Amino acid sequence: MIYSSIGYYSLIFGLIVSFPIFFYSIRNFRNEEVLDYKIITLSFTQLFLVVLSFLGLVLSFIYSDFSNETVFNNSHTTKPLFYKISGTWGNHEGSLLLWLLVLTFFIFLFLIKSKNLLKKYRILTVLFQQIIIIGFFVFLIKSSNPFNYIFPIPNEGLGLNPILQDPALAIHPPILYLGYVGSSIIFSSALAATTLNYISKTWAIHIKSWVLYSWIFLTLGILLGSIWAYYELGWGGFWFWDPVENVSLMPWLALTTLLHCILVLEKRSNLGSWAIILSIATFTLSMCGTFLVRSGILNSVHTFANDPERGLFILTFLFVLIFISLLIFFIFNKSDNQNSGSFFLLSKETSILINNWFMMYFLSVVLIGTLYPIFLDVVTSHKISIGPPFYHKLIIPFLIPFLIFMAIGSQLKWIKSGLEGKLYNVVFFLISLLISFYIIKNLDNNFLINTILIGSAFYLFLITIRDFFFKKFKSIAQNIAHFGFSLLILSILFNNFFSSELITNLKVGESFKNDRFEIIFNDLKKVQEKNYVSFEGNFSIKEKKNQDQFKPELRVYNQPNIITSEADIKTTFYTDKFITMNTVQNEEYFNIRYQIKPFMVWIWISVLLITSGGLISLFKKKYAK
Amino acid sequence: MRNKIIYILLIIFFIFVFVIFYRGLNNSNLYTPNTEKKIIPEFRTETFDKKKILNSKDIFNQNKFYLLNIWASWCVPCKDEHTLLMDLSKSGKIEIIGLNYKDNLNNAKKFINDLGNPYSLILLDRDGTKAIEWGAFGIPETFLIYENKIITRYIGPLSSKLIDEIKNYIE
Amino acid sequence: MKFINFFFAILIIFTFNLSKADEIKIQNKITKNLRCLICQGQSVYDSDSEFAISLKLVIKNKINDGFTEDQIYKYLTNKYGEWILYDPQFNKSTYLLWFLPILVFLFGGVIILKKLINIKK
Repeated sequence: MIYSSIGYYSLIFGLIVSFPIFFYSIRNFRNEEVLDYKIITLSFTQLFLVVLSFLGLVLSFIYSDFSNETVFNNSHTTKPLFYKISGTWGNHEGSLLLWLLVLTFFIFLFLIKSKNLLKKYRILTVLFQQIIIIGFFVFLIKSSNPFNYIFPIPNEGLGLNPILQDPALAIHPPILYLGYVGSSIIFSSALAATTLNYISKTWAIHIKSWVLYSWIFLTLGILLGSIWAYYELGWGGFWFWDPVENVSLMPWLALTTLLHCILVLEKRSNLGSWAIILSIATFTLSMCGTFLVRSGILNSVHTFANDPERGLFILTFLFVLIFISLLIFFIFNKSDNQNSGSFFLLSKETSILINNWFMMYFLSVVLIGTLYPIFLDVVTSHKISIGPPFYHKLIIPFLIPFLIFMAIGSQLKWIKSGLEGKLYNVVFFLISLLISFYIIKNLDNNFLINTILIGSAFYLFLITIRDFFFKKFKSIAQNIAHFGFSLLILSILFNNFFSSELITNLKVGESFKNDRFEIIFNDLKKVQEKNYVSFEGNFSIKEKKNQDQFKPELRVYNQPNIITSEADIKTTFYTDKFITMNTVQNEEYFNIRYQIKPFMVWIWISVLLITSGGLISLFKKKYAK
Repeated sequence: MRNKIIYILLIIFFIFVFVIFYRGLNNSNLYTPNTEKKIIPEFRTETFDKKKILNSKDIFNQNKFYLLNIWASWCVPCKDEHTLLMDLSKSGKIEIIGLNYKDNLNNAKKFINDLGNPYSLILLDRDGTKAIEWGAFGIPETFLIYENKIITRYIGPLSSKLIDEIKNYIE
Repeated sequence: MKFINFFFAILIIFTFNLSKADEIKIQNKITKNLRCLICQGQSVYDSDSEFAISLKLVIKNKINDGFTEDQIYKYLTNKYGEWILYDPQFNKSTYLLWFLPILVFLFGGVIILKKLINIKK
């Protein structure tokens, strides 16, 4: 109980600290002195109070303090300790407290790491960030208080959904939030820099680290979510174009585009206006995502509790931020000669510009696909669904030029490039087309577009490998990241084309045989575990000369009363073998689904490669200093 | 000047978006398709006591109200609404037809024996395809029928409030 | 004579298998495009709920009866509304949906062109 009280009052005091921060910042802005050290100490105080509040909540969860309404709703005495702790941020109120924690932490970090920069810029960044921080404090305290007191104190909590007790899912929110909320600093500092006409090479070099950190965490967060979906949900998919997945992809696309704009800003002092717009857009999209997920406006498996009142608050807050950003952009942005210089056609910056264009197109497809049903429903009361077919139809054709430009872009120099010595590009492209033709000549659907698509991905693959040998460490970060991307596209495509599946109904002791596989249902073992009854099936699956043993499981929980199906997955570098077992209502047999999914693990590895490209870029910066 | 125009256009656009989201917040998320006054589907099915195979034309052909209730012995909310159905069947003003969904015959018989039979006729839907002909989502689900048309449908178990609503219709 | 019978039998089984394989392909394609209405965010293909299992059976029957893919979609939207389809149909509610991204693409293209071509006033 005391932890909750500490948590609550720390929140209140944390909000109160915003006032002196504002006061001293504005005063310091106007006078001629160096940055008032009080601002740094006050920011640290605010951070400290939020940390205290967060710890208060964590301890309430650990000690199962059910006088706290949030703990009551989301925890249970029999939960393992690890999941009690992760339950802190696995709910609406706690996750908002996590938002606040990252917001205050990052602004403090920003202040410490920007000692050599313009004082006014630092202060303005603090002020803009404080607007966001105050918004979250008020939202939290008024409508999403994690420290509500309930009486009489219940003996036991409600929160024991077994699907949520998974390690990947436990760390998925913090990592994702470091990405989402990290973009708040980019937002605040972009607005600050615009106001002071500070958008320049210097600013780009400074902000690049923040963009990279945010981007790395966001990529990893999305990866964790997909991995969890694949291993836990049992249908063998990793991306479903579900609205909440889209809502994490949109800031990622904006952030990637921003990263490339910053590169051009750094090297050529151009595309500054685009950098500002994208900085605003990334954080706005993160906030928009928060709104969509928490307000109940969308229908999805991920949504938190539906509460229109909370939705209204976030909506208003979001639009206030948009309004302020637009105001600042239109008043202060100087589109002078520096920014409107033209690019030479054959240059690296042009290919970056073109691919940014494509990425903005992909972003608009995802945005429109996610929001259109809401608009249609409000305007015409007509409900439609938008699922994978829509996104595939609009994105896949455009991936082809996108991949090709990625490859060409790395071959071009900054400012101006010539065509001499670039013949190998054509050769590589033709080789790629040939390889892909040979690989998929047996598949009959959409043959032409698939050949060119795989060919383009292979082309990028070969070019990045070639670059690695010719350029060595010169642009290794870009190389690895782009190589990872080509590998990602190739793995997804091969996984898609060469997956196969077998569905059949079997009783214990029965077997199924076709010309490729034989599945034998050996036996069913029933075991009473701590909080569920486990039914473990023992299967032997024979394919040609190989035989594997599989043990998929059905878990019957009693609190709450649900049945989950745990897949047994055998992963190798070459393929994944995936089996699930499900009951059929009123029958004695089980529904068995066996899937072969080639190159699955390469999808995860390629995203890790992309992330490591970002990491290398960060280390190079540190090293160069 | 051009900048100002773009700015104002953007502001108007965002205000429009805001209004849409605001209205969207208050809309319900549950999806109930429009089944007003649709004609009932045609189908053939076995009866419960396995004595005959009926055509839908023969079932709903009289000039009175019918209630088609989709149920199963393994469905917990169906047990809850069963007593309400028993009461309604005693009123005599409406004929209740049951559609037994994906059930084990013995379990279904036991269910009826234990809890009573409000149905003048029970049809079998062993594989669930008949329910889909009706456009049902799952069970329990109930359709109010008159003159071969679906007047209204209730997704989920019936409550006393909904029973009153049905009673209003049949007056 | 026996040989010819045998040959025809093989031929029939072969075409039967081929058309069966096609049927399964179409069935999978359709069920992947349908939303499982009682699940949260799963297609009928992926779902194991009662509704999904029954619906898969209905679709199999309809394919056997000779319905085309579009006819099946029409039949289902008649019963359940357009919400059951994951691939939004191209009708007057969705023109904007399909055209808006293309418009964005073209608009972006115009901006890029202006950047690449220095328009001298």
